[in-house]
Amino acid sequence: MKRALFVLPLLALTGVLFAQSGGITSMDGGDCFIESLTAEDAPNDAGGGVDITWTVALDTALPDSMVLERKDDSGIWAAISTLNPINGRKTDNELENGMEYSYRIVPFYAGTAQDPSIEVSASSSTQWIHSGRIGMLITLVVISLVIFYYIDQGKRGKELYIRRIAGLTAVEDAVGRATEMGRPVLYIPGIMDMDNIQTIASMVILGRVAIKTAEYGSSLLVPTCRSVVMSVAQEIVKESYLQVGRPDAYKRESINYITDDQFGYAAGVDGIMVREKPAAIFMLGTFYAESLILAETGRSVGAIQIAGTAMPSQIPFFIAACDYTLIGEELFAASAYLSREPKLLGSLRGQDIAKLFFMIVIVLGVLTATLGEAWEPASKVAVFLKTITSVE
Amino acid sequence: MATFIEKLGNLDRRVIFVLMALAVIIPLALRMNLPIPIDKGPSKNLFDAIDALPEGSRVLISFDYDPSTMPELQPMAVALSQHLMTRDIRIVSLALWPMGVSLGNEALSAVGDSLGKEEYVDWVNLGYKIGGGVLIVRMGSDIQSVFPTDYGGNPVDEMPVMQGVNKLGDLDMIISLSAGDPGIETWIMMAGDRYNIAVGGGCTAVSAPQLYPYLSTGQLIGLLGGLKGAGDYETMVRIGVENPPPGIAIAGMAAQSVAHLVIMLFIIIGNIAYLSEKKRKGGAK
Amino acid sequence: MRLVIPLMITFVAGMIMILQFFVPATQPMGDNLQEWYMIVSSAAIFLGAANLITVHVHKIRFKARNWKYSPITLIGFAVMIITGLVFGIEADLPFDYLFQQMVAPMAATMFSLLAFFVASAAFRAFRASNWRASLLLVSAFVVMLGRVPIGSMIWNKIPIISEWIMQYPNMAGQRAVMIGAAMGMIATSLRMIFGIERSYLGGAD
Repeated sequence: MKRALFVLPLLALTGVLFAQSGGITSMDGGDCFIESLTAEDAPNDAGGGVDITWTVALDTALPDSMVLERKDDSGIWAAISTLNPINGRKTDNELENGMEYSYRIVPFYAGTAQDPSIEVSASSSTQWIHSGRIGMLITLVVISLVIFYYIDQGKRGKELYIRRIAGLTAVEDAVGRATEMGRPVLYIPGIMDMDNIQTIASMVILGRVAIKTAEYGSSLLVPTCRSVVMSVAQEIVKESYLQVGRPDAYKRESINYITDDQFGYAAGVDGIMVREKPAAIFMLGTFYAESLILAETGRSVGAIQIAGTAMPSQIPFFIAACDYTLIGEELFAASAYLSREPKLLGSLRGQDIAKLFFMIVIVLGVLTATLGEAWEPASKVAVFLKTITSVE
Repeated sequence: MATFIEKLGNLDRRVIFVLMALAVIIPLALRMNLPIPIDKGPSKNLFDAIDALPEGSRVLISFDYDPSTMPELQPMAVALSQHLMTRDIRIVSLALWPMGVSLGNEALSAVGDSLGKEEYVDWVNLGYKIGGGVLIVRMGSDIQSVFPTDYGGNPVDEMPVMQGVNKLGDLDMIISLSAGDPGIETWIMMAGDRYNIAVGGGCTAVSAPQLYPYLSTGQLIGLLGGLKGAGDYETMVRIGVENPPPGIAIAGMAAQSVAHLVIMLFIIIGNIAYLSEKKRKGGAK
Repeated sequence: MRLVIPLMITFVAGMIMILQFFVPATQPMGDNLQEWYMIVSSAAIFLGAANLITVHVHKIRFKARNWKYSPITLIGFAVMIITGLVFGIEADLPFDYLFQQMVAPMAATMFSLLAFFVASAAFRAFRASNWRASLLLVSAFVVMLGRVPIGSMIWNKIPIISEWIMQYPNMAGQRAVMIGAAMGMIATSLRMIFGIERSYLGGAD
């Protein structure tokens, strides 16, 4: 439960008062083409920004262009941007917080400047909390607390049930089959880089699969589409082989980079499948249109195939061509499932409770939004639910 | 003993491949053309959104694909450029995929030349930078700091097309032609949602179903899905144009029609064989 | 200590990225981290190129199995790099010519394989084995016809039904998978940021 303390600062932040606004000035433009001009501190930024908003008079002759000007320290007006002669908004960035800045707009007719609009002033300031994201922050904190609570329960030894996931149960059989047949195991970690959470989940599973291949003594091939993924995969596999006491069996060159190009990678991996004839193929991570090209080639060489992705449009292809498919969240549950570690299983339970929370919010949202058409209090509840589940 | 129909159920996949190739080649060789009806839908929504932009607006096109998906996405790039340029809308383009730069250039320069539009005045290609979503966020505060020069090394701040375009918020619309990640979803999350800019897109047919949730929430104003989307857009752009150039996607739609029919035929054969085998085994019991 | 430093880096970087989304004042820190990531990922391309050369040179040197493919890879790699560096990458120059005339058609060929594989996978997998599979089969037929002009020639309502299937039943399924996956992503991120999942650091559970 101590870890939950890390989340508390986030919760405390929700109580922080909004920073003082930098002031708003709004002026009527008189007879000028610029009907109104407003300057105010840009909301929800790290400071240094002023929003300038203007409206134009539709009954006045249309200028060729307009120039937005800012007064500098010596009181001289300098152009900062050319604007279209329509209603609009612009943010002036990289300003000094707390300093008062003045703005005006000058319309140009046939290349000649006409009378400028009335000037408006504002100063910028830093905001400490994003006003459009408070609801989401509270939701995130609640979800995190629930997950940490169940992780703690797992650590305390509470029995946690996890349903059988066929694709993950088959991992050991697949590696065993490859060993019996004397053929390699091919692991494809998707085509995205390490900043993608599915690739990270895939790397975690690779560690578990590598432990099995090290134990069984079968060879493991990991062609990658990104250089960083290659480096991470090399380290993970090496550590797994060390963990089971088989550092001699680790072959660095089996984990290699092919190309960043999507279909170049597909062609390279297809070539490996056809030449090496792996007995087991794992396709876990982010896949796009290459999913079926890989899965069908793998099927044609007679490999047992276990795929998993959170890309909804590729799941049908994997289901059609692979023996087992991990659908969406099952990919993220794989590490907990394979290790059976109580802490990780606890996080899965927390994740399920969070999902239940969203299911309730969705059902309530639909009901209140529908009832809200006829009954005002229900529409207020619907708006509240929308606020806590959306961001600006 | 297996009947002929049951044997058909185990058809060699090479036979399927040959028939599929013929289904695509023959309509293309015969230059078959089928009329494309334009109904309400994501393609029409994108067309209408662009049509509603005032003259002189600024639209960013992101070429987030590579040559592999060119058959589906390049016709979209050409048709969209035609529509934007004929409406005198300025185009600022870039690529989140390295190979998208050349493909974008090819479409923009060809359409620009045919319509008498000048590079740097009416359109510019800023080129490619690594970073995907991170890059978009950086452009949210300052485009010039991310792209000080265009793909050819020319300073961006001196170009007329870039006047008044300092950050993403200065643009009126973003269109991502995307074959994967980074692509439409990245633009929605990092630009559309953060800076409140309209995002439209074009994608491969296999990715289209995944983007429908964004259409219903309004996070995506319109979508061209695969060759069908490109064909729809070409048809709409050609309405009212005298002697329009031949549509690449329109020509491909006939081949796709026949290919779909062939796939359906295979599925039917497979099912007849399956049901026949099931009946025989059921009878044997 | 071997584990503590990476875990600290993960924790600090993860917390900064979460905070910068909710606390505008911390956005500059988040921007800095993102710039670091861009620099690291740009530099990593050299790592990949070095690995590619090493692996294939090694194969040629020791006449490893299928070594004959390696010279082709190395020659292709060298030609593209040299033409790009010597002549530049603008239009109508050798690099662009190679790109347009070789890389583009080869990549498009790989993508077009999908047409064949979709046909063979559909032939094998689409079986009306029960009422749910049959429903899926009928939906697939309607969508396939609705996506091509021939569908509206058969019956002008087919594209409308196809669009309805895409916008409602399809979208409901997509959303369910997306919400479930998002929960998985949040839980995985938290496990890593708070050091509960450490197997990626070498199986040290």
